[in-house]
Parts: sequence; structure tokens; C-alpha cells
Amino acid sequence: MVLVLAIGDLHIPHRAPDLPPKFKSMLVPGKIQHIICTGNLCIKEVHDYLKSLCPSLHITRGEYDEDARYPETKTLTIGQFKLGLCHGHQVVPWGDLDSLAMLQRQLDVDILVSGHTHQFKAYKHEGGVVINPGSATGAYSSITYDVNPSFVLMDIDGLRVVVYVYELIDGEVKVDKIDFKKTATTATH
Amino acid sequence: MIPDGVEDEDKWLAAGIAGLQQNAFYMHRALDSNNLRDALKYSAQMLSELRTSRLSPHKYYELYMRAFDELRKLEMFFKEETRRGCSIIDLYELVQHAGNILPRLYLLCTVGSVYIKSKEAPAKDILKDLVEMCRGIQHPVRGLFLRSYLSQVSRDKLPDIGSEYEGDADTVMDAVEFVLQNFTEMNKLWVRMHHQGPAREKERREKERGELRDLVGKNLHVLSQIEGVDLDMYRETVLPRVLEQVVNCKDELAQYYLMDCVIQVFPDEYHLQTLEILLGACPQLQASVDIKTVLSRLMERLSNYAASSIEVLPEFLQVEAFAKLNNAIGKVIEAQVDMPIAGAVTLYSSLLTFTLNVHPDRLDYVNQILGACVKKLSGKGKLDDSRATKQIVSLLSAPLEKYNDIETALKLSNYPRVMEHLDNGTNKVMAGVIIQSIMKNRTSISTSDKVEALFELITGLIKDSDENVHDEVDEEDFNEEQNSVSRLIQMLYNDDPEEMLKIICTVRKHILTGGPKRLPFTVPPLIFNALKLVRRLQGQEENAGGEEVAPTPKKIFQILNQTIEALSSVPVPELALRLYLQCAEAANDCDLEPVAYEFFTQAYILYEEEVSDSRAQVTAIHLIIGTLQRMHVFGVENRDTLTHKATGYSAKLLKKPDQCRAVYACSHLFWVDDSDSIKDGERVLLCLKRALRIANAAQQMANATRGSSGSVSLFIEILNKYLYFFEKGNSEISVSSVEGLIELIKTEMQSDNTTLDPAADAFFASTLRYIQFQKQKGGTVGEKYEPIKV
Repeated sequence: MVLVLAIGDLHIPHRAPDLPPKFKSMLVPGKIQHIICTGNLCIKEVHDYLKSLCPSLHITRGEYDEDARYPETKTLTIGQFKLGLCHGHQVVPWGDLDSLAMLQRQLDVDILVSGHTHQFKAYKHEGGVVINPGSATGAYSSITYDVNPSFVLMDIDGLRVVVYVYELIDGEVKVDKIDFKKTATTATH
Repeated sequence: MIPDGVEDEDKWLAAGIAGLQQNAFYMHRALDSNNLRDALKYSAQMLSELRTSRLSPHKYYELYMRAFDELRKLEMFFKEETRRGCSIIDLYELVQHAGNILPRLYLLCTVGSVYIKSKEAPAKDILKDLVEMCRGIQHPVRGLFLRSYLSQVSRDKLPDIGSEYEGDADTVMDAVEFVLQNFTEMNKLWVRMHHQGPAREKERREKERGELRDLVGKNLHVLSQIEGVDLDMYRETVLPRVLEQVVNCKDELAQYYLMDCVIQVFPDEYHLQTLEILLGACPQLQASVDIKTVLSRLMERLSNYAASSIEVLPEFLQVEAFAKLNNAIGKVIEAQVDMPIAGAVTLYSSLLTFTLNVHPDRLDYVNQILGACVKKLSGKGKLDDSRATKQIVSLLSAPLEKYNDIETALKLSNYPRVMEHLDNGTNKVMAGVIIQSIMKNRTSISTSDKVEALFELITGLIKDSDENVHDEVDEEDFNEEQNSVSRLIQMLYNDDPEEMLKIICTVRKHILTGGPKRLPFTVPPLIFNALKLVRRLQGQEENAGGEEVAPTPKKIFQILNQTIEALSSVPVPELALRLYLQCAEAANDCDLEPVAYEFFTQAYILYEEEVSDSRAQVTAIHLIIGTLQRMHVFGVENRDTLTHKATGYSAKLLKKPDQCRAVYACSHLFWVDDSDSIKDGERVLLCLKRALRIANAAQQMANATRGSSGSVSLFIEILNKYLYFFEKGNSEISVSSVEGLIELIKTEMQSDNTTLDPAADAFFASTLRYIQFQKQKGGTVGEKYEPIKV
């Protein structure tokens, strides 16, 4: 069992002062094995904060990130799953699932995690799963109105991944659970 | 000389101990054989060792303690003797036959202790006798120790109320009188030490005196332990008599120590009720006494007392503690002209802590204290004294910590005036503390007046100070500072759009003075604050019409435009371009075509003139395409102009693969799912074909330069785009064109020239799998895919 935190579009300090305190108290060091961050942190302090939660930190570059060394896309293998990571501003039309599915085929991954729209999404299709963890700070977005802060925890266990969505709605943290099984038709090489 | 002296002293001490032990040995033998006569003889000889003047107080104490232990045994013996029938009165007389006065008085005190216990005479009479007799020793060290012995043996035998030695009506007074007398005499001896001996040894002597202070202070402790000393007696007798002695002795060391002692040993409520008397003594002390520490300790105690329970607060109000302390501090500062700034600020800081604990609701008091501090600091400019600086920081931090709320500090008009006296570095640190306080408590600053006051307060972070423009600043520190300002801007909010716009304008006014180094940090949060406001106003525009002052999106967009323009002085074209695009989209949502077009134009100008790095161009072009794809506000003409430009930029990127990808992305500009008017299949195909040509050119280039063709990935990407539009029902994309593309890719992959690329193989395989899957899906999609042969 591996716990992976998917988080992104924090836009600190351009659009939000900090993570919601409720999220901060939930995210403690030592519980999470990997962090995958879709980008737009935007500053070093946030990078350092994430690193303090978990040293295995994978980040792709959002268009507002000051650190130019983050790659545009990244793939990594966790357990039996191949994960792809991309901020998503490169994929036009933004947030379009068919276009993201194409990127998923290109990266040849079971789970594609992308951001940019600030809206949580978990979408299962024949080629695997596309997840958008939303904006962890509920940052302003030109694409999505009334953004709720959200992030995603993935519990990867064998051929199964349980996606927990944490969303802050009117000051309360709501948790939703979505189950995915990797089937034989999903290809890995 | 000095090491010799120390060595000699050790020798003398050793000799003294030896003499003491020898006589003690004989005394023990006499005690064992109940020989009173010998016991007195040897104990007197033993005590004679204490007559030495050669030992420093420290060594003398060692000797004294040994004698003290022996005297306990003797006391037991005296007690036994009285039980055996020996009259205590006779014993009391008998010990007075000792030849030397010092041994005689030690013996007398020892017997006196037994005498009191026997209750054959009132305690007060015996104590009075003893304390009078002790006058016989006027040598300071010997006298202090003797009286300390008296104090020690008598402390549990005072005629206190409720004690078994309680006497007649005035019994408590008798007890107090005895202790006060002993205290007074001891203090006189202690002070006299200062004036004895050669002047060159003064420093050493003062040090030795310091070691003896607890002997004197012990008496005050005993006084505080007397049950019968109630507030009245404390006010009428104890405190005035102690203070009288303190003031009259005119000795710096004694005054400082004893004042502190009084403050520490007596209860808080007594201090509170006698504040006037206690404070009244302060100006009468020697000028060199560190009165500020004394007062600070007093206020600290009272603050803790106030914080301990809410029930005691009315007492503070009743005695007008604040006014009295404030007054006393004012007098002390006025009287001690040479008091360093740090000292004065320490006093104000203590008074402030006191006020915050006792009168949390009296902001006027707080401001008054800060005002007094400003007065003291006036004309001093920026402080370079680190101790004073530290005190000012703690003075300024106290209200923040107390109120957890910066709004309170913003009401204190003297607050920024005190802050002005901090050096630039510390000023910034203090500004940082203020921001942190806001962040920690999530205080939202909700009016433009408060924002104005706040920005005045943190001005050290907002702009360069007039002096020290060339200060070397660590880049990381600077970034952190400016990021904290940026976070702060997020905390400024009001539900009322009109006030919010005022806030935005206030912030804008301040941050535009920050110079090119700060603007990239401060402009984005302001822009997004304004965009959030635009979104709130979106759709409300009709209702707001007519009024001049009412904020409208249009008005805000003007401000936004001018604000982003300020970034050109930095310059940071990539950031500015992103912000223009954000604004364009917001204008789109407000149905303001000309405004949106203007923002796009600005973005394009920056792209053409300023963004030169090829990687930055790639990101910028994707943002332009992505934004433009979402715009629905543009009429045909404007849209054409902008899409035409965008495709043009795409085809001019430096690297072929980047060109190719940007060009196929442009295909989406002509086909928007949720817009019926934008479905130009032909131009979509043109884009894809153009992308194909570029991919071909890329292959040829790779062939020419490296002797092998590059990856087929671009072709597979284009194939996926073909499938995308095919599926969406673009009739221009034919089955045969898809098949042709698949063939082309297969051929390319089998070509000997092609470099092995497992990633491309996997991409292609999953694309074919996708086609297969769509075929099996059935329905319209399945029908569509059915004819495609793979």
C-alpha cells in the first residue's frame, strides 16, 4: 500500500495567501510516500513546504512557477501503476478530456494527473484514469468559477487504486472516494 | 599578591576549622559526661574562632556553618539540662560569664532560644534583650553573622498571632518590632562595610558585600512570613519602616537589592494597595540605583498578578494603578537624565505589558505610553543601539501578541511613529512580524483607511528607504520579504465592491512606489484581487449604471491595464503577457469585446517585441492559443485577426517540433465544441496538413544532420488530432486520410533510417488500441470508426 498525494495550482502568493489551515493540519510529514504536484506552486517556500511533507516530490511546471527547472511532463512508476504528470496549460483545449486522453496515450500511462482548470476531476476511460486534483488553495481561475480548495490522495495497492478527494466546502472538509481497478485491457509494457 | 592572599586565607580557614574542631571535641566529651562547666568553657573557646577578621565573608561563612552545627548540639544539651532540673534563668545568667563578647552572645542566643521555648518568660522580652545585646558587636562581618544566627534561631519563636509564643494584645507588633530592629541593625552593618578598609580594595569589598546581601534580605523574608502582618500593619508599619531604612542608608547596592527584595517577598495585593508608598520611595533613592529594573520587576509582578485571575482586576482600577505607575515612570525618567534610551524603553515596555494585562480595553493608555516613548526618542533619529532596538521591538510586539489582531495596532496613532526610530533592517523585521501576525490570525483588513495605515506601517518593505539605497540585500531574504507582502495583499478584502475598489486603489498607489525590483512580486496579487472583484460585479453592471462612484468592470479593467503596464519598467514580459491574457478572459466573461481585444493586443505586442527566449515563446504561444480558444466575445473580424496572428507565431517558432505542435494546437481555434459558429472544418484540416508538412520537414532535417530520421512521435500526435476531429464530426477528415496517416507512420517506423524509439512505439500501439476500442464501442462512434482499416 502506497499513499500518493496529488496536489497543484496553489498559486501562492499570487492568488492565495496560504493553504487552508484545515488542509495544513491534515498534511503531516511521514504519512505520504510520494507527492506529485502538477505545478503553479509558485514560489520556493511552497516547494520547501511540500518537500518537508515528503522527500519524494515530483513536480511539473505551471506557467507561473518561478523555478524553470521543473519539466513540462514527467512519468513515474509506483507499484504496478505508471503515472504521468503534466500541468495542462500545454493541452488545448484546456481541461478537454479527449485531448488529455491523447496525452495519456502519448505518455503511455495508467493514470494521468493534470491541473490548470482548478476543478477536481477523476475520469475513467478505456485507456486508464485522468485525475485533476483541483487547486489546493481554491485559487481564482479564469476557467472555473467558485473554486473549492481540493487535493487528492491516492492509495495504490496492487492492481487497485483508491482515490480520495478532499474538498473544502463552506469551511468543512468533505471526503469522496473513487475506486479504480487496473484491468487486463489496460496496457503496460 | 592576590594568589598569596587566597592561599593565606585558606591557611587561616584551615587553622580556624582545626581550632573549632578540637574544642568541639572537648565540648562533646563534656556534653557526654553532663559536665556543664566544661561544656561552656570549650564551647566558648570553640566560638572564639569566629572572632577572626582575616577571612573573607565567603570563608567566614564556612567556619560559621560548622559552629552553627555544633551549637545545635549544645542547644539540645541545654534543653536536657533544664529537664534535669537546671533553671533556665540560671543558665541564661551563667553563659554571660564567658570572657569574650562574641562567644558570649552566641551562647546567649542559644540559651535564649531554649528560654523562649520554656515559656518561663514572654518571648518578646527575651527577644528584645537579645537583639539589644547584639549591639555589642559592631564589626560588620562578625555582627552580620551573629545577627543572622539570632534571626535563624528565633524565626520559629516569634510571638506571632496563632503561634504558641503569642503574647498580649500587641504581640504581632512585638514580633515585627524585633525583626525590624534586627533588620535595621544588620543593614547598618552591611552598609558600613562599604566605608571600611582601604579605598583600593573597594571593588573587592563590594563584591564581598554582594555575597552577604541574603543575610540582610532574610529578615524581610521573615517579616513576610509573620501571619499577623495584615495589609494595615504592612501599610502603617512594616513598609514605611523598611523603606525608611532603605532610603536613609543612601547606599546604592543596598537600595537596589532591598527594593527588589521588598517587591519579591511581599504579596501582590499588598503592593497594589501600597503602590503610592512604594513608588514614592523611588525618586528618593540614589541617582545611581538601577531603578528601571526595580520598577520593571514590580510591573512584571503586577502584570502576572492581573493575568492570574480576572477577579483581581477591579482592585487595579480602584487604586488607579496605571496612573500611579505612569506617573512614577515619568518622574524617574525625568529625574535620571543620563538614563540610556534602552532603559527608558524598557520601562515603557514593562508599563505596556502591565497595561495590556490590566486594561486590555484601554487603547488610549497604550497609545499614551507609545506617545511618551516617541517623545523620549524624538530628535534621536534611527537608533543604532542594539539593546534599545531590541526593547522597542518587544514594545511594539506586545500589542500584536495581546490582541492577535493587527487592526488594534492600526488604531494606535503613535505606533508607526515609534517604528520610525528603528533602523532599516529592524524596521523590516518588525514589518515582517506584523504581516505574520495578520497571516497567523487570518485577520482580514477590510477598509481602505486601515490598508493605508497598514502600508504606512510596513513601508520599509514596500519601498526603498531614502537612505541606504545601496544596501546589499540577500536575494533570498528579499524574495521572502516580498512574497510576504504579496500574501498580505490577499488578506485585504471587503464584501462591498465600492470599498474593495478603494482598497485596490490604495494598494496600487503604494506598490507602484516599490520600484522595478518589487513590482513582479506585488503586481500579480493585486491583479488577481481586482479580477476577483470583476467576477463579483459580472452581470450586475446594468443595476449599477448611473452612479459615478460605483465600481464597474470597465473601470477596473482600466486600472488593471495601467497596473500591468507598470511591469514594463522591470521588465518582465512573460509575466505581463500572462496577466494580460487573464484580463482578456475576464473581459470576455463580462462581454466587453473592445477591452478583451485591447488586452490581447498588449499580449501580442509583448510576444512580438519582448519575449525572445525560444522556450518562453513556446509556453507563451500555448497560453495564447489556449486563451483564444476559450474566447467567445469576439466578432468574426477580430477573431480572424487574432487567430491569424496566433497561427503565424506558431509557424515561426524556432524548433520544428515546437512549430508542429503549436500549429496543430491552432486547429482548435477553428473548431470549438460548444460554439456552433466556430466549426470551420476546412481550416482545421489546413492546420493539420500544415503540421504534417512541418513534421516531414523535421524528419528531413534530422536525416540531413544526423543521418537518421527523428522520432515518428509528431506523426502519431497528428494522427491523434485527426482522430479527435474525425470523432467530433468534422467532415473534412476522411477515413482515407486517417488510414493514409497510419500507413505513413508504419512505413516510417519500419524504415531502416528510423531510430528506435520505444516511447513512440508504445504511443502508436495505444493509439491503435484506442481505434480498436472505439470500433467495439458500437453506437454512432462505433459506426464512425468501423470503416477505418488498421
